[in-house]
Amino acid sequence: MSVALSAQDISRALTRISHEILEKNLGSSEITILGIPTRGAHLAARIAAIMNSIEGKEIAHGTLDITLYRDDLRLRAPRAIMPTFIPPIGIQGRDVILIDDVLYSGRTIRAALDALGEVGRPRTVQLAVLVDRGHRQLPIRADFVGKNLPTSEKQSVRVSLTEIDGVDEVVIEGEAN
Amino acid sequence: MTTQRFLLKGGKVLGADTADLLISNGRIEAMSASITDESATVIDLKGSVVLPGLVDLHTHLREPGREDSETVASASRAGAKGGFTALSAMANTSPVADTAGVVEQVYRLGQEAGLVDVFPIGAVTQGLKGEQLSEIGAMADSVARVRVFSDDGNCVFDPLVMRRALEYIKKFDGVIAQHAQEPRLTVGSQMNEGVVSSKLGLKGWPAIAEEAIIARDVLLADHVQSRLHICHVTTAGGVEIIRWAKARGIQVTAEVTPHHLLLTDDLASSYDPVFKVNPPLRTERDVIALREALADGTIDIVATDHAPHTSETKDCEWAEASFGMIGLETALSIVTKTMVESGLLDWAGVAQRMSTAPASIGRYAHHGQQLVVGAPAHITVINPTKSWVVDRDLVLSKSRNTPYHGYELPGLVTHTFFAGQATMLDSKVIDKAVQ
Amino acid sequence: MRHLLSINDLSATDAIGILDTATELARINDGQVKKLPTLRGRTIVNLFAEDSTRTRISFEAAAKRLSADVINFSAKGSSLSKGESLKDTAQTLQAMGADAVVIRHSASGAAQRLADLEWMSGSVINAGDGTHEHPSQALLDAFTIRKHLGKGASDLKGLRIAIVGDVLHSRVARSNVLLLSMLGADVVLVAPPTLLPVGVENWPATISYDFDSVIPNVDAIMMLRVQQERMSDLFFPNSREYSRYFGLNSERMSVMAKHAIVMHPGPMNRGLEIAADVADSARSVIVEQVTNGVNVRMAILYVLLAGGPLEVGSN
Repeated sequence: MSVALSAQDISRALTRISHEILEKNLGSSEITILGIPTRGAHLAARIAAIMNSIEGKEIAHGTLDITLYRDDLRLRAPRAIMPTFIPPIGIQGRDVILIDDVLYSGRTIRAALDALGEVGRPRTVQLAVLVDRGHRQLPIRADFVGKNLPTSEKQSVRVSLTEIDGVDEVVIEGEAN
Repeated sequence: MTTQRFLLKGGKVLGADTADLLISNGRIEAMSASITDESATVIDLKGSVVLPGLVDLHTHLREPGREDSETVASASRAGAKGGFTALSAMANTSPVADTAGVVEQVYRLGQEAGLVDVFPIGAVTQGLKGEQLSEIGAMADSVARVRVFSDDGNCVFDPLVMRRALEYIKKFDGVIAQHAQEPRLTVGSQMNEGVVSSKLGLKGWPAIAEEAIIARDVLLADHVQSRLHICHVTTAGGVEIIRWAKARGIQVTAEVTPHHLLLTDDLASSYDPVFKVNPPLRTERDVIALREALADGTIDIVATDHAPHTSETKDCEWAEASFGMIGLETALSIVTKTMVESGLLDWAGVAQRMSTAPASIGRYAHHGQQLVVGAPAHITVINPTKSWVVDRDLVLSKSRNTPYHGYELPGLVTHTFFAGQATMLDSKVIDKAVQ
Repeated sequence: MRHLLSINDLSATDAIGILDTATELARINDGQVKKLPTLRGRTIVNLFAEDSTRTRISFEAAAKRLSADVINFSAKGSSLSKGESLKDTAQTLQAMGADAVVIRHSASGAAQRLADLEWMSGSVINAGDGTHEHPSQALLDAFTIRKHLGKGASDLKGLRIAIVGDVLHSRVARSNVLLLSMLGADVVLVAPPTLLPVGVENWPATISYDFDSVIPNVDAIMMLRVQQERMSDLFFPNSREYSRYFGLNSERMSVMAKHAIVMHPGPMNRGLEIAADVADSARSVIVEQVTNGVNVRMAILYVLLAGGPLEVGSN
């Protein structure tokens, strides 16, 4: 087990991502941030808070649960459905920033795109992740990445956040090849 | 016809003293501590118990009419397997046994099968409808010499019909065997009314529906001074009424089935109709009362109420299913488990309740006699130290509706002799042709 | 969990999980989303051997919103009414590849028989069996109660709920007594003694023959349908007398606590167990129960079917 990101690393990465999102989208007015539960939702709240303080105004943000859209439901026991909260301004014509903790196979993001499609038609959909660990199974990439972590498929990446786990850190478990 | 001679060595007669028995020409030819006989087939019965052949006062043999579920021949094999040498066949066949013709047919089928005596029970009323008396006298005078009359399956509900029937049979020392079920209190009833039925949403069958008829009929029997037999008593309250009636000197006898000595209504929770039976399985409290009543003689006999049903009438919803269980092949083991192992009855008590008393109630003179020299050789041997596992696929009955599938039961019936003929040796039934 | 046959199949945690799932699904359904891909490619058979348009439609809507394929087997058209056995029908459904069977049947225990006998490998959902249970109705009732009276709690602790009417013949009552008490509510059964089963004293509920004394002290009143034919079976003298003592009219409603709600599983006998103005009043959540029914049944289907293919014998 090795610590890949410390609390300070995470904090810096989220601040940088926030700035990059604002820079790329020329400000915050058209942005809707949606975090994918569980940890992505907390990351989205943090990013929204950082952007609020930078911009000095409320950023539209919410959560998007993708459980009902997963393509691997039959492979394991049923999962609890997490809350979906679309901010009142909605996503129609907006620049939607999806936030997740780890980008791996890309299947979660595919499900998120399906889920979004049921809600409305954003102008753009962008993806921000804390960690990209590679091994994509679908043609999906992140627009904003906290840290690229080269891993083997045998390893697992565990993201802890204070809101849930009492500590901020990202660790890699298991041996590399 | 020369018959095979058997020498039963070392068995405990009625579970007490060890003795050898020599069987020849249909009778017990000799009985003493040690017999040698060169010409006899010797059977070592060390550790086993020798009983008089069992008599079942209550079975449904389904012939004529429902030969797909049982025949007299198949039930005779099942009876021999269970240690029985006499079976009483209830009247609810198709056609109903309400004429001399039908009872003679059933009797003759029993003789042809040759493994047990089959004594037909005559219907009390025509078509079991409870309205007009059937030809009771003709049945009594027939070859079958019917002495037990019953509408079993139906209650002789009309008190006037019951009174007349009780009076009429006095002419030839008959007995009315009543299926005690008040019909209005049991319309659509599915199981014992109580905590379990309330949970399962199955229509309740109150104990009072049985007890009310028992109470009425013992009073009627007292009034007309006739013989009444209560079929399959299932409730503690019914036991109390019979105890009271006997104390008054009323000529009432009563039976309990093996399943009511063991099983309780909570088994219905599976909704498996193999546990659906008429009268229904009752509560633990009733089971305890029935065992005590059988022990103290309030209940006179054990009778199986062997009720074969084809699988399609049991492989369905509870409410759709037929009532009844098979019981011939497991009866003595269930009595061993519930009465002998619990210390409530010794083997002499078992012999009394499963052979002597039922033969006496039915007036089957040839059966239920003491095991003495000169007595007819109706003999059952059980090894109480051996247990066995019930497998519904191995029963000799044509139907598989045993509630004991998978049960390990104590007491293996190993040998049955019917009038000196071995109908079962080493737990294998010997058909008449082979004998 | 493979089958939903009785509330006894659920722990309190399971039940709350279904209610929570239904809550999320309700939020999704309230938005623009009308269809979810979750059960795409799954086949659900509605085997209705007894008429019940509303339950069948509710399950059908739930299944379709989750993109399952739905096959309806109704009483009149099905072979059940032609004397085909439940076993044969089940084997037919198995051959057709049903992943789940939603069964409504007039015989108590029919759903359990279908599940226990391994006539088919799919899930069995009891949509009402005789006078036994109707677990999805109880779940939607608990959902409705929690939504209105739960104050954000996940269970129903501290709530007092009256179930009024023909408890004896009611599968809705049986399932609700089990579920509501499991979730911490106090349940009081109100009925004439003839319409309470022998053995009811062992249920996790209290009993009252006096509706008027119960009304001011409960948070919800659930009225049960009373069938006219019970009269001829001597359960009560006539419908007027029944209404007089056990009907919910506006006069009785006026003494209910301010926050208390009126429920009915439907179909109602207006004027018998419930007055029309009560059924249509602001306290009545009867129409909402129907809406909630779809969400709760979606949650049930999700919990039973969204997981991986289950091995026979697993639970």
